Amino acid sequence: MSNPSVIRESRVSRTAVMALMLLLAVYFLLPVYFLVVAATKPQGDLASTNGLVFSHFNLFENLRVLFTRSDGIFGRWALNTVVYAVLGAAVGTLISALCGYALAKFRFRGREVLFSVILGGVLVPTTALALPLFLLFSATGLVNTYLAVFLPSVVSPFGVYLARVFANASVPQELIESARLDGAGEFRTFFSVAFRLMAPALVTIFLFQFVAIWNNFFLPMVMLQKESLFPITLGLYEWNGQTARAPLLQQSVITGSLVSIVPVIVVFVLLQRFWRTGLAAGSLK
Amino acid sequence: MTDTAARATSVVAPVRARRRLHGGGPRAGTVAAFLTPFFLPFLLFYLVPVGYALWQSLRVVRRTGGQYGTSYTAFGGLEQYGQVLRNTEFWSSIGRIGLFGVVQVPVMLFVALVIALLLDTPLLKLKAFFRITAFMPYAVPGVIAAIMWSYLYSPQLSPVVDLLNGVGLEPDFLGPGAVLWSTANVSTWLWTGYNMLIMFSALQSIPQELYEAARIDGAGNWTIAWRIKVPIIAPSIVLTSVFSIIGTLQLYAEPAVLRQISSNISSTFTPNMLAYTVASGNNYQQAAAISVVIAVITFVLSFGFMRLTAKRAGL
Repeated sequence: MSNPSVIRESRVSRTAVMALMLLLAVYFLLPVYFLVVAATKPQGDLASTNGLVFSHFNLFENLRVLFTRSDGIFGRWALNTVVYAVLGAAVGTLISALCGYALAKFRFRGREVLFSVILGGVLVPTTALALPLFLLFSATGLVNTYLAVFLPSVVSPFGVYLARVFANASVPQELIESARLDGAGEFRTFFSVAFRLMAPALVTIFLFQFVAIWNNFFLPMVMLQKESLFPITLGLYEWNGQTARAPLLQQSVITGSLVSIVPVIVVFVLLQRFWRTGLAAGSLK
Repeated sequence: MTDTAARATSVVAPVRARRRLHGGGPRAGTVAAFLTPFFLPFLLFYLVPVGYALWQSLRVVRRTGGQYGTSYTAFGGLEQYGQVLRNTEFWSSIGRIGLFGVVQVPVMLFVALVIALLLDTPLLKLKAFFRITAFMPYAVPGVIAAIMWSYLYSPQLSPVVDLLNGVGLEPDFLGPGAVLWSTANVSTWLWTGYNMLIMFSALQSIPQELYEAARIDGAGNWTIAWRIKVPIIAPSIVLTSVFSIIGTLQLYAEPAVLRQISSNISSTFTPNMLAYTVASGNNYQQAAAISVVIAVITFVLSFGFMRLTAKRAGL
């Protein structure tokens, strides 16, 4: 390593690597930076000023317009998104954990068959389910209700798969046995012993399911006509489609996009270690 | 002391007896109570719709008594599938998405692999910053990502277009030739970091001693990366490829948003957009057949790819 040519080469490659990574970082940050700048501008400045340079600071007025437009429908969409994505992922994580734990820790007939069926479900694309679900739900009167989006969203076969992997890895069989010997019922054992041991894994499952629901645009689009039931994504999509006729909506689409992604990005960054454990387990064979 | 022990055995004994009867596990009712909260919605909102779509795809709408007759659905065998296969719009959407996938997936995964490998070398500083920056787009839903990029593509608003016009390039991101690649760019922006993190997690689990041994044999960073690291994380690369193939065939939200600002994206641009357009015209049977064909293509491609790569790797 004391060879000067080696040191020079490593300095060159260090610089090259740094330059490449900085370029990629600019690529990943550019749209978000643009959104931040655009959200602070008055509508009139969007087209007339450089998109990458701040002009008149108008963010608070933009926020006021965003949250008061159409009787505060944006706030309603935000609340709906929390119901669909946060509550849906929470319920989904709980039922995935129960099922995955049972598949990992209980011996019963048909266990492997059941697991294979659930694994097959991982491969079923959610967009393929939306249209037949629409027909089934319209026959039962569920179309255009909260439940039409909420109920299918709680089901995550991938969550069950992760829960089984994590239960196997983090809950020792002896602990379950000794809880049983102490006379604890299976549910008590699950909630007082297994749940705590699986907690970090459950955060991971929650995050994956949250993203899946937050990203699933097709299902709410097929199911919902009533604006008051929309999640943010569908609401912004509708607004974006109206900007040709109502150009003033553009600023609200931009500010609304920023308002909805910032909290999610912050939570993701804070919880990033859970992603890595989950992705490592997800790629285990 | 003996009293406590006796009481303990009296509690434990029936439990043990019961468990011996059932082969060491809890009672069937308890097992069912754990499984049902997931399995019931799984049945209703996954398996039943799949079955229903298959059934629908075998039905056709027929009319009685000419133009003013009433319509009814009847069993039509594979009639709907014949129509799908003869539909030129279906094949052009498949061709478009095939071209998209053949270019976008390898480019994205290559970039993801390069970032993952660089994050795993001692060459780079500010690793946490770069890792988080690349992963951040994963927090953005496809619709919002497409809205953000559509502003960067738009000739009126985009600072990127301004910049390129300034140097005389005059790009048209929404033109007939370019719009497919503008869509591909949104997907790449969204998913590179996610794929990178899968590969990076796999790299992190390789024991460091392996590299030390290679280093003693005189291997440099490049050799270690391409000869040791990449082959070891090959299963993760296969996994990300399969995820990407599935994702590409499902493409909907991003082109649907870009369609709002570009007339060069038709309502049948991707197979899923075609299925939705056909369903909007109340032809649910045809839409179901299209969905089934997309699902079958997805299965064949992902399993085919896994088999192919497994053979290559000599597994």
